[in-house]
Amino acid sequence: MEQKAITFTIDGVEIKGSPGQTIMQAADEAGVYIPRLCYLKDLTPHGSCRICTVMVNGRSQAACTQPITEGMVVENNTDALDEHRRNIVDMLFVEGNHYCMFCEKSGNCELQAMAYRLGICAPKYPYLFPQSNVDASHPDILIDRNRCILCGRCVIASRDVDGKNVFEFVGRGPEKRIAVNAEAKLSDTDIDVTDKAAQVCPVGAIIKKRVGFAVPIGERLYDKEPIGSDIESKKNK
Amino acid sequence: MNETLQATVKKICEENGNDRTKMINIVKSVQKKIGCVNNESIDSIAKQVNAPRVDVEGVVSFYAFLSKESKGKIVIRLCNDVVDKIKGVDKVAEAFCDELGIKMGDTTSDDTFTLEYTPCIGMCDQAPAALINDTVVTDLSPDKIKKLISDLKEQNDPSKISFPKGDGNNAHELVNSMVNNNILKKGEVIFSDFESGASLKKALSMKPEEVIGVIKTSSLRGRGGAGFPTGLKWEFTRAAKGDRKIVMCNADEGEPGTFKDRVILTERYDLLFEGMAIAGYAIGSDAGIIYLRGEYLYLKNFLESMIGKAKENGFLGKKILGLEGFDFDIRIQMGAGAYICGEESALISSCEGLRGDPKTRPPFPAQKGYKNCPTTVNNVETFCCVSKILDIGAEKFVQIGTKGSTGTKVLSISGDCKKPGIYEFPFGVTLEELLGDAGAEDVQAVLVGGPSGQFIASDGFKRKICFTDLATGGSIVIFNKQRNMLEIADEYMAFFEEESCGYCTPCRVGNVLLKKCLERIIDGKGEPKDLDYLNELGESIKLTSRCGLGQTSPNPVLTTIKNFRSQYESIIKEKKDGMQPGFDIKKAINEAENLTGRKSVIF
Repeated sequence: MEQKAITFTIDGVEIKGSPGQTIMQAADEAGVYIPRLCYLKDLTPHGSCRICTVMVNGRSQAACTQPITEGMVVENNTDALDEHRRNIVDMLFVEGNHYCMFCEKSGNCELQAMAYRLGICAPKYPYLFPQSNVDASHPDILIDRNRCILCGRCVIASRDVDGKNVFEFVGRGPEKRIAVNAEAKLSDTDIDVTDKAAQVCPVGAIIKKRVGFAVPIGERLYDKEPIGSDIESKKNK
Repeated sequence: MNETLQATVKKICEENGNDRTKMINIVKSVQKKIGCVNNESIDSIAKQVNAPRVDVEGVVSFYAFLSKESKGKIVIRLCNDVVDKIKGVDKVAEAFCDELGIKMGDTTSDDTFTLEYTPCIGMCDQAPAALINDTVVTDLSPDKIKKLISDLKEQNDPSKISFPKGDGNNAHELVNSMVNNNILKKGEVIFSDFESGASLKKALSMKPEEVIGVIKTSSLRGRGGAGFPTGLKWEFTRAAKGDRKIVMCNADEGEPGTFKDRVILTERYDLLFEGMAIAGYAIGSDAGIIYLRGEYLYLKNFLESMIGKAKENGFLGKKILGLEGFDFDIRIQMGAGAYICGEESALISSCEGLRGDPKTRPPFPAQKGYKNCPTTVNNVETFCCVSKILDIGAEKFVQIGTKGSTGTKVLSISGDCKKPGIYEFPFGVTLEELLGDAGAEDVQAVLVGGPSGQFIASDGFKRKICFTDLATGGSIVIFNKQRNMLEIADEYMAFFEEESCGYCTPCRVGNVLLKKCLERIIDGKGEPKDLDYLNELGESIKLTSRCGLGQTSPNPVLTTIKNFRSQYESIIKEKKDGMQPGFDIKKAINEAENLTGRKSVIF
């Protein structure tokens, strides 16, 4: 049975999507980039970072979770929204301990790349300098909670893709953090370096050991083009 | 491994059918039995209910009334809401500390007492108040503490200490509480005469669609604060696909300054049960759940007994009022200390035994709610209104109140006034009128709708309580002219910081940042540009947050800046030399001076 396409607009440009799609999915297919951090294609959207906030018929919604409807009017690339997005990225920076200059994720980090794309040089908020733990117990994987942005990708990937439930959030509010399915250490879980959960971290919070700095500066993921360029290039074709 | 502990945990899990969705009940029972939910219990629970241990830990670490660390046999939770502060809770806290010889947050060396603070427990009209295990003590003052502690030591059980009983059903043997209702104004809907069963009988004589039609005609809107049209919500739930449908009552009133649902539950449970049964009939549901906030545990036995009575009378249970095929039962689900669970989708998460995170919407609860069943979630007062609407008819109901806001609103009034308590007014009442009734003088500000609402200054006292002007779930807090509005805003921001679930960035981080800047201003280190900073940050939090908590949490700051700007400006002054003290340099280098053992030669 052929389902009828849904037509709507993003920043005045007509987009066609299929029923059941979110704004994010339809926009990605159409080559329109909506900034995002927690969303990752093929994982259940978490809707927590709020970077992908767009205006839908005048109301703010997260593009990663909001389904498309016929005739909806979406605003995405506006000065006001970009200002809110910068504020959220700033919050994520000051909430953790992010030292890009010597972080091995530098150049491949989505948080860093998002800051550059949005034109942030330094956060405007005061640093909160939290006390966070590093878990290096596992032979192949390292957790550095200083860099975690609580996006939930590892939780969802482990649960839905790996079928393992290695990660979950504990604590509440500013005390919220990622925990592992053991009393303390990652090495006491059944995670494997080939698991999806070990591949999806947007920042340097879950990284593979012994591969850091393998790619020289200039060749890294976001050295040549800003984050989102892969999606936007679809439109130019 | 401790075998007795394992056996205890195993028994508790079995009593709950080893059901993961009963997790809140399981961990609460474990906590009650052994004083905490430590790592070993977490392991045992996980094994017993076949859940990842980290999921159990996630739940335990979410709720304020649960703890991994062992606490004293008697936990004194002193309410440190803004109203309690006004009523002198700081001095009461000092008296507790002196008497027990410990600091707030500590446990006595013999593991008997733990002393800690807790946010609003719904007793603002009889503040300062505290929860001692499950027992509520009210109207505390420093001179009462010595006797209270000695009684507790003697009885070793807070429920056994003797005190004068409260009014109404508070004196009922199953409530047995010193809490008072303080119903000071009875209106035409909630606190008027009502004949049990009459509304239900009327409803059952109609078709379910007709019942929904009556509620739509009455223009009833949700009384919890958001004001969604009840009839529409029911229509969506009825129309949604699903084998089973659920009626859920939100009795998790956690908004600081709200206590009206406590009094309605104590005195008008009959209206509530009947309203829920009518909802069940209307949407096609046989199951009702009352989500009762953890602080109101003292009402649970009483309410369960009254549910039993309603069954005996044929108002609940099988074949209600003899109608073949209409069964409806109600059970109570306890909360465990989380403001966010008053948000309807977080409430559902909690009922499912999960962390109290709000859910992604859509789908809305009416489409997919409790265990994916279409669910209608309504406030206690809303269900009571339903019963009254069926009783008097929608036409008569719309005569009460204003055009867009029909019926009455039960308000919880507290703070700086002579007569704090429960007032039921028709919608459209002005702040001026209610201030007069509550005996408030020298008023500087009225907080309408609690900290998630707004602070109104005297130029707004002619404004009306209704959905088109000042909407409120029922919290009204009055502040006189001696109060410092910045400090009050700061207290409320501390509440939101603590109560944010932490799921989304703007609410988790933004509230902390708002409070930090406010603290700096109060500390005399503010700059004129800070007001723009606060406004812009607040707007980002409101616009981008995932649920109602973050969408309203900046309000204490934003509405005091808007309506009490001069108080900010009086302490934020541009210095003549253009130099602003952004931080205290002496304090900043203090640690370094101590480490090096010498004083700075420059500062």
